[in-house]
Amino acid sequence: MASDLAQNDLREELVVVPLRHPWRWFSGAVIVLVIGGLGWAMAEAQIQWEDVPGFFTHPVMLEGLLNTIVLAVCAQGGAIVLGVVIALMRLSANPVARWFAVGYIWLFRGLPVLLQILIWFNLALVFQNISIPMLFSVPTNVVMTAFVAALLGLGLNESAYMAEIVRAGLSSVDSGQTEAAKSIGMTPMTTLRRVVLPQAMRVIIPPTGNNFINMIKGTSMASVIAFLELIHAANNISSRNLEIMETLFAAAAWYLVMVSVASIGQHYLERAYGPR
Amino acid sequence: MALVEAIGVRKSFGHTEVLRGIDLEVERGEVVCLLGPSGAGKSTFLRCVNHLETIDAGRIWVDGVPVGFRAAGGKLHELREHEVARQRRDVGMVFQRFNLFPHRTALENVMEGPVQVLRRARSEVRAEALALLERVGLAEKAGAYPGQLSGGQQQRVAIARALAMKPKLMLFDEPTSALDPELVGEVLDVMTSLARDGMTMIVVTHEIGFARSVADRVVFLVDGAVVESGTPADVLDNPQQPRTQQFLAKVF
Repeated sequence: MASDLAQNDLREELVVVPLRHPWRWFSGAVIVLVIGGLGWAMAEAQIQWEDVPGFFTHPVMLEGLLNTIVLAVCAQGGAIVLGVVIALMRLSANPVARWFAVGYIWLFRGLPVLLQILIWFNLALVFQNISIPMLFSVPTNVVMTAFVAALLGLGLNESAYMAEIVRAGLSSVDSGQTEAAKSIGMTPMTTLRRVVLPQAMRVIIPPTGNNFINMIKGTSMASVIAFLELIHAANNISSRNLEIMETLFAAAAWYLVMVSVASIGQHYLERAYGPR
Repeated sequence: MALVEAIGVRKSFGHTEVLRGIDLEVERGEVVCLLGPSGAGKSTFLRCVNHLETIDAGRIWVDGVPVGFRAAGGKLHELREHEVARQRRDVGMVFQRFNLFPHRTALENVMEGPVQVLRRARSEVRAEALALLERVGLAEKAGAYPGQLSGGQQQRVAIARALAMKPKLMLFDEPTSALDPELVGEVLDVMTSLARDGMTMIVVTHEIGFARSVADRVVFLVDGAVVESGTPADVLDNPQQPRTQQFLAKVF
């Protein structure tokens, strides 16, 4: 009893000692040191930093940038459209359509993109003409330019991923929503457009944004078939002046710029379709 | 002719027969309450009336039209989904879980049917929709999203959404079962006033008090069949069948 009393008397005067975090200071210092060291190494490295801005705005580099953007946007856009179609087939009541969708996803998701690009680019070796009997026929090597081959390789692979993303989005919408739409007399198309898709977007957009960022970087694979995207452009420039790292750094800067812009766009899209 | 005529309606889910030959007629302006233990097939029958479920046998006519079919050349031809959609315009439905469109405001929910399905002008629909929200006592909530409304308010918006299509018939599938007890009254009040205005209604409910005061007829279902049917006074106060007596003894 007596000791309790003594503690109560003291309670008013107790000073609070905050918990110290010495390891936070230590680990923070280590990180700063490592970054500083890397920065120093880069500064000391045998790189002509002053040449990088010139390569960044070099006409060949800008042409590569434009081609990269066009290829990424076309491939992703086509993949979204195809993906929606394949997802609807996957959810269709028609068993043939369902199995086609499963097979499509299995094939185009299962093969490496680089392999798919090479197969499309070399298609002329096995099919001299692309034709539908009695409608049209064109020589394969005229149609299958580097751009088309890269577009097909990247776009078809991406469409298989998009199909799965769209399917997950559509399945995430409660069946009560479809029933409510039906009960006010909506047709299946209107239900999809007005009720299901807008709600599915919340599930569809974040992974689509991630995939688009991957797509931007994936266009670099088109360099192996001599499509003039950023990396091929960098190689073109450095083959003349041998400043390999300098041109690659300039290309790297452009990738970071594109990815940053895409990330910001994704943020606003997610906000537009976010929860109410 | 009765507005709703159901003859020998049968429906199975897998090997379970949920409806075993239901006969039911609902006259214009009549309010019919479907009562019975859970699993009796009340909700399934209601969903068959606007073809949310396809029946296996029997027929349902609404306003002389076979639901889900077109009569031609002495045969019934199964309708395509967009043709069924046209039939559903005349039948409103209110769900246990409200099923409001969460990405649209209360007003937009009510306007959706007339604008998107009936292709009517936005301005004129908007005035009607506001009047409907006023009628269910939610004029001041027109701009609110469903997530910002209580269960009772959401259900009243859902009733307004169904009424916006100017239906001949309203189906209520346990409209107060998902509500907190203190919110049940506001929804039942709206339904009562709707009944007084002469709306034809089929109501699946466990609210015996509502059935007693509002229904013209009470139909008691057990195991997918009609056990007893008649005025609330007959069925609720003087039940003849042992199954009805058992059920009512448990409910009261």
